[in-house]
Amino acid sequence: QLSFKTLFFNPFDNLVCILLGISFTVWFTLLLVFIIVPAIFGVSFGIRRLYMKTLLKLFEWATLRIERGAKENNHLLYKPYSNAIIAKEPTSLEEEIKEIRRSGSNRDLNSAPEFEMSDIFYFARRGVASIMDDEVTKRFSAEELESWNLLTRSNNNFHYISLRLTVLWGLGLLIRYSFLLPLRVTLAFTGVGLLVFLTCVIGLLPNGRLKNFLSQKVHLMCYRICVRALTAIITYHDSENKPKNGGICVANHTSPIDVIILASDGCYAMVGQIHGGLMGVIQRSMVKACPHIWFERSEVKDRHLVAKRLSDHVEDKSKLPILIFPEGTCINNTSVMMFKKGSFEIGATVYPVAIKYDPRFGDAFWNSSKFGMVNYLLRMMSSWAIVCSVWYLPPMSREEGEDACQFANRVKAAIARQGGLVDLLWDGGLKRGKVKDTFKEEQQKLYSKMLVALPLLKPIAHR
Amino acid sequence: MGSRASTLLRDEEIEEIKKETGFSHSQITRLYSRFTSLDKGENGTLSREDFQRIPELAINPLGDRIINAFFPEGEDQVNFRGFMRTLAHFRPIEDNEKSKNAAVSEPLNSRTNKLMFAFRLYDLDRDDKISRDELLQVLRMMVGVNISDDQLGSIADRTIQEADTNGDNSISFNEFIKVLEKVDVEQKMSIRFLH
Repeated sequence: QLSFKTLFFNPFDNLVCILLGISFTVWFTLLLVFIIVPAIFGVSFGIRRLYMKTLLKLFEWATLRIERGAKENNHLLYKPYSNAIIAKEPTSLEEEIKEIRRSGSNRDLNSAPEFEMSDIFYFARRGVASIMDDEVTKRFSAEELESWNLLTRSNNNFHYISLRLTVLWGLGLLIRYSFLLPLRVTLAFTGVGLLVFLTCVIGLLPNGRLKNFLSQKVHLMCYRICVRALTAIITYHDSENKPKNGGICVANHTSPIDVIILASDGCYAMVGQIHGGLMGVIQRSMVKACPHIWFERSEVKDRHLVAKRLSDHVEDKSKLPILIFPEGTCINNTSVMMFKKGSFEIGATVYPVAIKYDPRFGDAFWNSSKFGMVNYLLRMMSSWAIVCSVWYLPPMSREEGEDACQFANRVKAAIARQGGLVDLLWDGGLKRGKVKDTFKEEQQKLYSKMLVALPLLKPIAHR
Repeated sequence: MGSRASTLLRDEEIEEIKKETGFSHSQITRLYSRFTSLDKGENGTLSREDFQRIPELAINPLGDRIINAFFPEGEDQVNFRGFMRTLAHFRPIEDNEKSKNAAVSEPLNSRTNKLMFAFRLYDLDRDDKISRDELLQVLRMMVGVNISDDQLGSIADRTIQEADTNGDNSISFNEFIKVLEKVDVEQKMSIRFLH
C-alpha cells in the first residue's frame, strides 16, 4: 500500500493514489508488451531502429548549427581529430640514421660503421614526436567525435551555440534523464532479477537435456531484456560463423557491456574472477544453471590452473563455448591491443568476434580510472543509445609451426581488420603498468650495430 | 562534463603562444588537448612522471634526456607555455620565414636553436661544453650494454679529436655547429603537422 496516505490528510489524496495506480499499470503493461515479451521471444518491433534514424538526423542538424553559429561569431572551432596530428615516419632506426649521416657527410657510406654526433637527431625527433602524439596512451580515453550528439560530455564547442540548440539540448536532457533513464533502470532490474531468480530455480533440476535447454532460454531472455535496458541496437553479421561447443570465442574488449551484447545472441560459458556484492550474487546463481568458469582471486594468478580448467571445459563437447577477452582490459574501441596468449595455448578452435561501437550515440568505453562501474552504467543508461556491429569471423586454429603468440597475433589482426580498428602490438596492461625494459634494450642493440661491426658486439647473457 | 580542453585556454593566451612559437591556432589547441590528457594530476603542469607514462618515450634510450629538456634548471613542473616553447624547436622551417628581417629575434625553430636542443642533450651539466665524460655517458645511454667500455672510450676520443679545434678536449657549441654544418638539420630535427 502506498505510504503517503499517512502523510496527506485531504480528499485530494485519494485522487492522487488512483492516478498513480493507473499510471503504474499502464506503464508496466506497455513495458511488458513492447519490450519484455519481444525479448522473451527474440523478436523486434523495429522501434529502436526508427529511433536511431531520427537521432542521426537530429545530430547532423545540431552539428551544422554549431558550425554555422561558430562562423557567424568568428570563433574558431575546435576540431578533434582522432587520427594522428603529426606525420609519423615508418622508417626503421637503421634507415633513418643512415639518412641523417648521408646528408652530413662526404664519406662513402659503405665504410666501417662509426659514431656521428648527428645520430642523436633520430632519438630526439622520435622522442619529441611521441610526446606530441603516441599510439598507446590515447587508447585509454574516450574517442573524440566530429559531430555533436547533444551530450555535453562529448563536446568541446558547447558554448558556441544558439537558443534553438540550447532548447533542443535541454529537451534532450529532460527526455534522457526523466524518461529513458527510469525506463532503462526498471528494465535492468527486471532483467537481472529474473536472471538470478530463474537460474536458481533451474538449478534445482537434475542435470540433463531439459536443464540445458531451459538454462539457455533463460540466459538468452534475460540478456535480451538487458539489451533493451541499454537501448542497444546491434547488427550481427555472418551468423553462420557463430561459436560452437568445444570452442573458444575471443573478442576485443571495450566495456562490460560486450558480454551482454554477445550473450544475447548466443549461449556462452563465461570466464572470470568471482566478485563480491551484487556481481557475485549474479555469478553464483548463473553457475547453478549451467557451467561457467569462475575463479577465486587467488587462483587467477596460477596460470597452469587457469589453463587446466579451460582445457577441461573445451574437451567436454556438451559444454558451451567459452567467451574470453584476451586483451585483459578495456580499450577505447579505436584499436586492438596485445592478446594474452593463455587462451591460445589450449589448442581448441578459436572463433574470433569483432565488436565495433558507433560512437555517435553514446561512448561505450569504460574508462575504469575515471569512472566506477555504477557511474559508468548510469552514463550508459542516460545516453541516447548504444549502437554497435558484431562480426562473427570464420573459426581459426593453430597452424603447424606456429606458436601461441603468433597465433594470437594472427587472430588479433583478423579482428582488427574486420572491425576497422588499428592493430597494435602494445600491451593493454600499459594502461596501468610500466613498459618492459626489453623494448628499450632492443632499441639500444639496434643502434649499437650501427656503431661497431657485429662480431665486436658484446654477447648478451640469455634470460 | 563541464569545461574541457579548448574552453580553458583563452584566446589571448593562444595569441601569445602563437607569437612566441609560431604554431597555428589549431595546432595550439590540439597540443593543449594533448597536454591536458598527459596531465593526470589535473593541476595545469606536467611532471617527469607524466612524460614517463608515454610508452614510446619510455623505450627511447635518450628518453630521460629528452624529458629533461622540458624542465628549466632546478624545476620539477612544466606549464603549457614551457611545454610549447620546447616543442617549438621541432616546428618545420617555412620558406617565408627564411627571409625574415634580421631585427626580429631568432625564432625558436631556427637552425641554430634546433642544434642547441641537440647540444643540450649531450651537455649534461649545462656548462656549454661537451666533455669526454658527458659524451661517454650519453653514448652509454644509447648503446646500453652492447659495447665494451674500451670501444666506447675510443669512439668518444675519436669524436672529440675530430670536432675539437681549440684543444680544450671538449666540444663547445660553435665546434658542434661546425661539425654538423653539412647535415640537413632543418629537416631531420623537424616534425611535420598533418594540418
